[in-house]
Amino acid sequence: MSAPAVPGKVAGIMPVRSEPFGLRHYLICLKGVVLRECLRFLHQRERFISSLVRPLVWLFIFAAGFRQVLGVSIIPPYKTYVLYEVYITPGLCGMILLFSGMQSSLSMVYDREMGNMRILLVSPFPRWFLLVSKMLAGVAVSIVQVYAFLIVAWLWGVKAPPLGYLYVLPALFLSGMMLCALGMLLSSLIKQLENFAGIMNFVIFPGYFASPALYPLWRIQEASPLLYKICLCNPFTYAVELIRFAFYGQIEWLSLGVVAGCTLLFLGGAIIAYDPSRGLVIRKQDMGGNA
Amino acid sequence: MQHMRTSGPGDGVAALDVGAVSHSYGQKRALNDVSFSIAPATFTVLLGLNGAGKTTLFSLISHLYDTRHGSIRIFGHDIRRASGEALRRVGIVFQARTLDLDLSVYQNLSYHASLHGIGGHEARQRIAALLETVDMQGRQHDKARSLSGGQMRRIEIARALLHRPSLLLLDEATVGLDIESRAGILATIRKLVQAEGIGVLWATHLIDEVEDADHVVILRRGDLVASGKVSDVIRANGGNSIRETFSKLSRVDTAGMAETSP
Repeated sequence: MSAPAVPGKVAGIMPVRSEPFGLRHYLICLKGVVLRECLRFLHQRERFISSLVRPLVWLFIFAAGFRQVLGVSIIPPYKTYVLYEVYITPGLCGMILLFSGMQSSLSMVYDREMGNMRILLVSPFPRWFLLVSKMLAGVAVSIVQVYAFLIVAWLWGVKAPPLGYLYVLPALFLSGMMLCALGMLLSSLIKQLENFAGIMNFVIFPGYFASPALYPLWRIQEASPLLYKICLCNPFTYAVELIRFAFYGQIEWLSLGVVAGCTLLFLGGAIIAYDPSRGLVIRKQDMGGNA
Repeated sequence: MQHMRTSGPGDGVAALDVGAVSHSYGQKRALNDVSFSIAPATFTVLLGLNGAGKTTLFSLISHLYDTRHGSIRIFGHDIRRASGEALRRVGIVFQARTLDLDLSVYQNLSYHASLHGIGGHEARQRIAALLETVDMQGRQHDKARSLSGGQMRRIEIARALLHRPSLLLLDEATVGLDIESRAGILATIRKLVQAEGIGVLWATHLIDEVEDADHVVILRRGDLVASGKVSDVIRANGGNSIRETFSKLSRVDTAGMAETSP
């Protein structure tokens, strides 16, 4: 039997360090992750079509049907009465971001089950950077979907101020980041693909309906003060308002603060959850599951 | 503690050094105080029946799981404290298929290159060269979905080599493949050890994949029961062949660990 070797320092030789990654390497990595997400999106045409059809059904059918029932008074940022279709357009943009964020969550669970996730997680780049890259990739895909919807809505006659389409971009980006980060955090909690239905029931639908996406909050307050308070605790409420005000070149500061804060909170949670030494994945490894 | 170097003379930093590693899934212990190290440019077979702890060990080495008991160093870099440095030196082929089936061969490889900070012309050059190495030239535009099991494995090996690692880990890389594909993949990997000086840890439960010149690490229900050169392991444990020795070590409760010097 040989003498036990000193771990990592055989014959006293110190390990050699590689040249550290520079900004160029980080950008290559980010580009690769974003490109992969876009390619996957392009290969899944059904996903694109369904992401477009969902808000359009609301716009063409729901809005037309409820236009007379659900009146909207003059509330900021609107300076005059607006059509119900105009009112719900920011909410429908939020809906696309919400579904897309959850789709990213689903895709991460799928990748984990299929093993693709391992390829990402064994990259030598810091885990936080890989997760942020993945999130940015998800947001890029979401924003493409939102603009595709806005083009169809514009052709339908639902128009925002021309510059609003530009002003809304940062709001879409930040809201998309928050929802993708939430999706990422949730993906760490979902053990199996089959559990994703729970996300639909407990996150997407309550999140969407308990918000000013389809009706102003004052109407909810009239109907139920408790529900109104729940809506105020819902981060999606602030995402919708941030988008709505941005269409008119205005910043709703409370919404900006809440969305930015929630983005950091959810992202921090996701980074901890995917850190093998600290996170929730420990629970999975304790149970013999895949990281 | 059982500690054994399976490699040749210790004249440099070990390619892989596993020191007193234990891991449990709840109450169930998957690895129990396992220690061994392998030298660069050697072919080491990690042998064990199903449930021996091979995949758990791979998950720990690749930092998918946290090493909470013991230490793992890759070329001297601790996988917990310097995971980036360690992972830059290791290429991994997982037991489960990890190609994105919707993407082409080139897109799969290019994605992996970007995850190691390799892009543009350099990535294209390396991909072309590696497809030739694994005998898959001309297939870069094929969808991964259209490849056979053996071809997918070849692409996964090319992918694991893209960032020019010094240590290659393969977890049951030939499971589910026909005899010809198995032999082809094994030959490709053995050639890499000789020609490129890459260290290989090849996990398998298929005893016929072991050759006399190899080093072996044998796990049994999470315990390391033998390690060293094949001939030394056979001599130390009795038997006429590695098949016989492995069979004996896998089923019989060993009173003490069988260790041999390289």
